[in-house]
Amino acid sequence: MPDVTKLAFFGGIYSNARALEAAIADARRRGADAMYALGDFGAFGPHPDRIFPILRDAGVLAIQGNYEESLSEGADDCRCGYTDPRDNHFAQLSYDYTAAKTAESWKRWMATLPKTRRLTVAGRRVLLVHGSPRKINEFLWESTSSTDFLEKLLADAEADVLVCTHTGLHWARRLPSGRLVVNCGALGRPANDGRTNVWYALVSFAEEVSVEFPPVGYDFEAMAREMEEEHLPPEFIETIRTGWWTTCLEILPAKERDRGRF
Amino acid sequence: MGDSAAFPSVPSRSLDTLWFQVAGTVCNLQCTHCFLSCAPSNHSHGMLSLEDVRRRIEEAGPLGVKEYYFTGGEPFLNPEMLAILEETLRHGPATVLTNGLLLPPERCARLKALADASPYSLDIRVSIDGYTPETNDPIRGEGTYERILGGIRNLARAGINPVVTVTEACEDAANAEGRARLLDWMRSIGLSRPRLKILSLFRIGAETSRLRGYQPWETLRGRTLDDDELDALQCSSCRMVTSRGVYVCPILIDEPAAKMGESLTETLRPFPLRYQACYTCHAYGVTCRT
Repeated sequence: MPDVTKLAFFGGIYSNARALEAAIADARRRGADAMYALGDFGAFGPHPDRIFPILRDAGVLAIQGNYEESLSEGADDCRCGYTDPRDNHFAQLSYDYTAAKTAESWKRWMATLPKTRRLTVAGRRVLLVHGSPRKINEFLWESTSSTDFLEKLLADAEADVLVCTHTGLHWARRLPSGRLVVNCGALGRPANDGRTNVWYALVSFAEEVSVEFPPVGYDFEAMAREMEEEHLPPEFIETIRTGWWTTCLEILPAKERDRGRF
Repeated sequence: MGDSAAFPSVPSRSLDTLWFQVAGTVCNLQCTHCFLSCAPSNHSHGMLSLEDVRRRIEEAGPLGVKEYYFTGGEPFLNPEMLAILEETLRHGPATVLTNGLLLPPERCARLKALADASPYSLDIRVSIDGYTPETNDPIRGEGTYERILGGIRNLARAGINPVVTVTEACEDAANAEGRARLLDWMRSIGLSRPRLKILSLFRIGAETSRLRGYQPWETLRGRTLDDDELDALQCSSCRMVTSRGVYVCPILIDEPAAKMGESLTETLRPFPLRYQACYTCHAYGVTCRT
């Protein structure tokens, strides 16, 4: 048996229970030794309370995202870090729905979650965060994070591998120093690529560290119907059915925005 | 300016954004609200060469600079501007703040090619002061509305979706209705995914004689700012390179004491917020970033 440790990393789940279950099954099938959820369990989708038992029963280890931080502190908004009024409008609809539908007991559980987690795997120092090592809601986009910036971020954080989410778009970059940055994307909504599947990150640690992003198909139509029943915004439902983002677009950098339809 | 101890100081948290006064203070326009009073004949800061920019990027790398911004004056008056962008885009994302007058189709096509060749984003930000010549031209100059529109259309045709920048003084941009009208207007000129940046006015430079200068109470003197307030100030995470050295931010380059040094490293230290423009940044949450 080769000595390989495989870790699965799940980005924003956004109340997409079906995608989470499918990702857990996929990660197990691919031999993941452990699974981690990097925050933002609620938002966007229906019935946020369905997520927590799934994480618990599957032994997925969690850290806080800005959603868990905000919900557990009773904040008025998600503190997603958007600056545009249209982005904030839809973010508020998501947050108000999620805050109202999340049981107090789960909010208390969220308060107990760490904001970061450090692992040592095959001699590598691995740091898990939601946004960035310095801020829970910092967006690390592929096209606006210079390699110099990422090198310094990881050096300051004393990490060889950084795993993050928050942007909803997955990407990875191996830095000249050998360090590795992985944004594990999101399970909650598609990656603005016209496909209905979602993505997670599977990182294999051995002599080398390698990353793959397995696509995860799930019953998106059932999810869309549930969102309709819950009177969630039609714009959100369109994204689930088409794979194109319709909201929270203004925050996208030029390159990422160009790839989408809207 | 009095006792600097009476003003709060902003720490240098990081150097995320490095600005270049790439065209100095030379501009082909002479806008009546320009906080630097840029003009064809204003040479208080000179052009930066490709070599200047290259050296600064080398210096910036180990400091962890995340993104690069170019302004002036009018950046496309710099004869090396495209080469400067090509070099920059090897290292990180770049944004150019332009008045849109020097954007013929060939240059827009070249910009699009540079953007496509880089893994990083290139943003072109075009300034305009309203959606009619009647509001824009008195500020930016006779006939400029049509010429700016031409530049925006050339960018759009080349496949670049520019960020349109207006000051909050124009078309009620600061309120939701004004903003919605601006977005509708942008769609009507061919920007199907309008991207809008609204800037506060700094009551310095030419603006002092257009509308007004600062009132005595518009100051941070005696204020104590908490960590969140300090983090929100762009000067906690940016510096500005001009031909005359490194300044604290893009706004204060006409203030000799806002020059913090010659090397980037020596400027990564606290800065006292003793200028009235600092009041605007704090009170309105201004960042010159997009």
